[in-house]
Amino acid sequence: MTTTYLAGQYDVIVVGAGHAGVEAGLASARMGAETLVLTINLDAIAFMPCNPSVGGPAKGVVVREIDALGGEMGRNIDKTHIQMRMLNTGKGPAVRALRAQADKFDYQHEMKRTLENTEHLTVRQGMVERLIVVDGVCKGVITNTNAEYRAKSVVLTTGTYLRGKIIIGELSYQSGPNNMQASVELSDHLKELGFDIVRFKTGTPPRVNGKTIDYSKTEIQPGDDEPRAFSYETTTFITEQIPCWLTYTSPETHDIINSNLSRSPMYSGMIEGTGPRYCPSIEDKIVRFNDKPRHQLFLEPEGKNTEEVYVQGLSTSLPEEIQRKILMSIPGLEASKMMRPGYAIEYDAIVPTQLWPTLETKKIKGLFTAGQINGTSGYEEAAGQGIMGGINAACKALGKEPVILDRSQAYIGVLIDDLVTKGTNEPYRLLTSRAEYRLLLRHDNADLRLTEIGHDLGLISEERYQAFKNKKAIIAEEKSRLASVMIKPTEDIQALLKERGAGALKESVTAEHFLKRPEMHYEDIAQITPPEQPLSAEAAEQVEIQIKYDGYIAKQLLQVEKMQRMESKKIPEDLDYFAINGLATEAKQKLSVVRPLSVGQASRVSGVNPSDISILLVYLEQGKLAKIAES
Amino acid sequence: MEYETIAAISTPMGEGAISIVRLSGSKAIDIADRLYRGKASLKDVKTHTIHYGKMIDPKTDETIEEVMVSVMRGPKTFTREDVVEINCHGGLVSVNRVLELVLEVGAVLAEPGEFTKRAFLNGRIDLSQAEAVMDLIRAKTDRAMNVAMGQMEGRLSRLIQSLRQTLLEIIAQVEVNIDYPEYDAEEMTNRMLKEKAGYVQNKIKDLLTTAKQGKILREGLSTVIIGRPNVGKSSLLNNLIHENKAIVTDIPGTTRDVIEEYVNIRGVPLKLIDTAGIRETEDIVERMGVERSRQVLNKADLILLLLNYNEELQPEDIQLFEAIQGMDAIIVVNKTDLERKISLDKVRTLAGQSKVITTSLLKEEGIDELEEAVRDLFFEQGIESQDMTYVSNSRHISLLNQASHAIGDAISSIDDGMPVDMAQIDIRRTWEILGEIIGDTVSDSLIDQLFSQFCLGK
Repeated sequence: MTTTYLAGQYDVIVVGAGHAGVEAGLASARMGAETLVLTINLDAIAFMPCNPSVGGPAKGVVVREIDALGGEMGRNIDKTHIQMRMLNTGKGPAVRALRAQADKFDYQHEMKRTLENTEHLTVRQGMVERLIVVDGVCKGVITNTNAEYRAKSVVLTTGTYLRGKIIIGELSYQSGPNNMQASVELSDHLKELGFDIVRFKTGTPPRVNGKTIDYSKTEIQPGDDEPRAFSYETTTFITEQIPCWLTYTSPETHDIINSNLSRSPMYSGMIEGTGPRYCPSIEDKIVRFNDKPRHQLFLEPEGKNTEEVYVQGLSTSLPEEIQRKILMSIPGLEASKMMRPGYAIEYDAIVPTQLWPTLETKKIKGLFTAGQINGTSGYEEAAGQGIMGGINAACKALGKEPVILDRSQAYIGVLIDDLVTKGTNEPYRLLTSRAEYRLLLRHDNADLRLTEIGHDLGLISEERYQAFKNKKAIIAEEKSRLASVMIKPTEDIQALLKERGAGALKESVTAEHFLKRPEMHYEDIAQITPPEQPLSAEAAEQVEIQIKYDGYIAKQLLQVEKMQRMESKKIPEDLDYFAINGLATEAKQKLSVVRPLSVGQASRVSGVNPSDISILLVYLEQGKLAKIAES
Repeated sequence: MEYETIAAISTPMGEGAISIVRLSGSKAIDIADRLYRGKASLKDVKTHTIHYGKMIDPKTDETIEEVMVSVMRGPKTFTREDVVEINCHGGLVSVNRVLELVLEVGAVLAEPGEFTKRAFLNGRIDLSQAEAVMDLIRAKTDRAMNVAMGQMEGRLSRLIQSLRQTLLEIIAQVEVNIDYPEYDAEEMTNRMLKEKAGYVQNKIKDLLTTAKQGKILREGLSTVIIGRPNVGKSSLLNNLIHENKAIVTDIPGTTRDVIEEYVNIRGVPLKLIDTAGIRETEDIVERMGVERSRQVLNKADLILLLLNYNEELQPEDIQLFEAIQGMDAIIVVNKTDLERKISLDKVRTLAGQSKVITTSLLKEEGIDELEEAVRDLFFEQGIESQDMTYVSNSRHISLLNQASHAIGDAISSIDDGMPVDMAQIDIRRTWEILGEIIGDTVSDSLIDQLFSQFCLGK
């Protein structure tokens, strides 16, 4: 082994500068920890190798949560998108979600500039090959250029770079995303250190030149007219938007794919990694859902200054030749010129049950992992873990208490709890249905849920915090006002009700009660009985949602209370489950792997049933009694 | 205190002289007090005292049972929590009803071994007993599971599984609309959702009502004796009561002086209702008209229609036949000790499906036949009462009731014009509760359903 040189000393080192890495680095530096971000390629900071988009159901809420904690993703996309849409507007507030199409190049440049201009943050190109581990504690990293960097904690965010392999038809080669250099040594090193590694797979569709698309054969998908933003800080809005377009596969597309399945690496056995069910390749969709006559394809521009268009829905690893034929079979794309082929990519990830809920590894103290390395997929999932990994790595380095979000506080909490408690056998994607308290984890109230935490950590500016407190006070004040103001059954009121198709008012009711009618909205109330100062749109929205869905919210809060009781019963990290006689064998094994920190977490481990939990409770109490007896 | 208040019947099930419903937890006294009527509120009584009073149904103010209630405040109790024991004077019927009421007003049904577990968790049992407690939990849970599994194999289990599948498909469709709003899946509208939820609700209701066998054993069959004056209704009543050494629940003090009497006829518990009313108002049909009396009679599970052997069929008799059309009835032609003037052929024609029995209550003849007819009517489908294990049974019923409430909440959300995803909260809850019945609560199956039902991708 060649000798290394000491290249620097930091509090926190973040390996990787994708969506997880940048959030980890920024959070850590903003908390005051001297932070180094190392990336294989400085031009790939916050790179979007797949969809040029941010947000969507569940994911969009994660972006809001990151923003409420003081993270960057929301602010960055607000500055660099080409269109934004609020999804699920016809449904309840719990499932509304914002999605933006990004200018993928602007997004990267803007994020790089933010990193470069952040105090306590150093960004450097370099490929990490080994960790410095002394007595089970991570002390730093060593790069392929023999640079040795020392730190109190290290966050690995290796994405699809970790022993990445691209597959296109019969061709396969070692590579990170979009032909970047893969990181091979580090994966072997992690195995040496004793980590369980799994192999996952994902994929991306071909891109075509937009000038060669006949959009007249497609349907336009414009952004919202109303200005939208992810960040609670954003005050200037991008008004000029670029539309997306919708087209479909044709019967010919299906024929081409069916007759070339033998050349698909998915079916020839060339791919060993497990792919996600929720983003199957087009060949997978056609095989598994062969009764579906056509599949949607969204044409998404990759930016303002490029003609490249992403064909969403056409992820594939078929040979390039076949990909071109497929494109020509699609209405609007008959004459299109493919600019890059789609590909499948395999990569290494660690089994996430090897992590504590802080994202620190159980095996090596001071080592954290975040993003795709933990078995997830998606920029938002990566960023959500990134910020938590960065926060906890910095907390560790600075001697502060770690921060764990629970399942009722944030989608990020659901995501991390799922990963470290249940593990995952395919790339994990957040879905709103994974959250049992969906109604509490809304897009609109992310600030109310998390700003305090962000502020306590020093990630939220004083100015923003004051604005937040002010908003909170206004909401509370208006809610109490509406609870006392009466609305009388006047002619005007009855006329309004009739106009909305609602039943007439029989007697005077409080404004609060009136607002609970499905046909009524806060703006109606504000007209009937205006507040002293008009409310901001966000405050008004809060008042309306909190009042309208009060009963449902109360029900969920009751469930949360139950959960938190179990959550507050702590389990020692080193509990020997095999010494607990009553536990079923399966429970002993599963609990020994996961080593849950609370009885609540233990109850979510698969294979652990309620009687095991009872026995665990009894056992824990026995331990307490023993301590009392000794003292 | 941090646990929910639990309740269960703490005496062995059967015909013991006294059955005890035991409550433990911070709300035990409060819950018992909401059902209790006595000299003083249970909240004000001294600890470790016992009180005479009545249990009432707070919804109807109906008296359920005369009871002795022990109030024991923690920590000097078995569980170290507040404990209330309601002593009922026997019989499945009343003790079950008291348990049901207690569960309705806020207690939760205790899991097997839970009182002991709490005793331990609250430090009541010393260290050396800890292992034994864990063994007990394991053993009791396994036994309860075995019993539950035994019941679950077969029709009920299949029914619940198919209901859950229906719910899962609904949920998956709503979820796909939410998580993939642009995907070209059929949009689940409120109307469709209501239709499907209504289907599930009906099925759950069916399950609850077709658990008639369970209900027979738990509550007794409400039985009404009708007939013209002087056909022998009182004699029949007295005969049934005395012959069978019945538990008589005399409930004075209620407004209408109703008497409910329980008799056990060859394993079929009958609850003879409103018998005082029958005694007084001999001619129910004449007084109320056929339609009204049908409504009244419809609430009964069994009707005993008495006719006079010694008289020809009267117009009033015919009216009675009309009134009981389609109901479970047994026709009793009494007074065979006298000369026959009635046409039994006519009676049989009018009786249709109902069995016709001839008796002389005076000479105590024909009573065996009548009792056999009662048993055959309700046990002919081969009900095996030993299969109705009490613990799991009441657990199932309690869960089915919860499921029924949850799906009802979902439907009223839809009716209130709430968005689909709000109703979804309760639909999902229904699915989870039904899962508890069959011991399947793995929520990952939703994700599986989502991706097998819909073709989603990037």
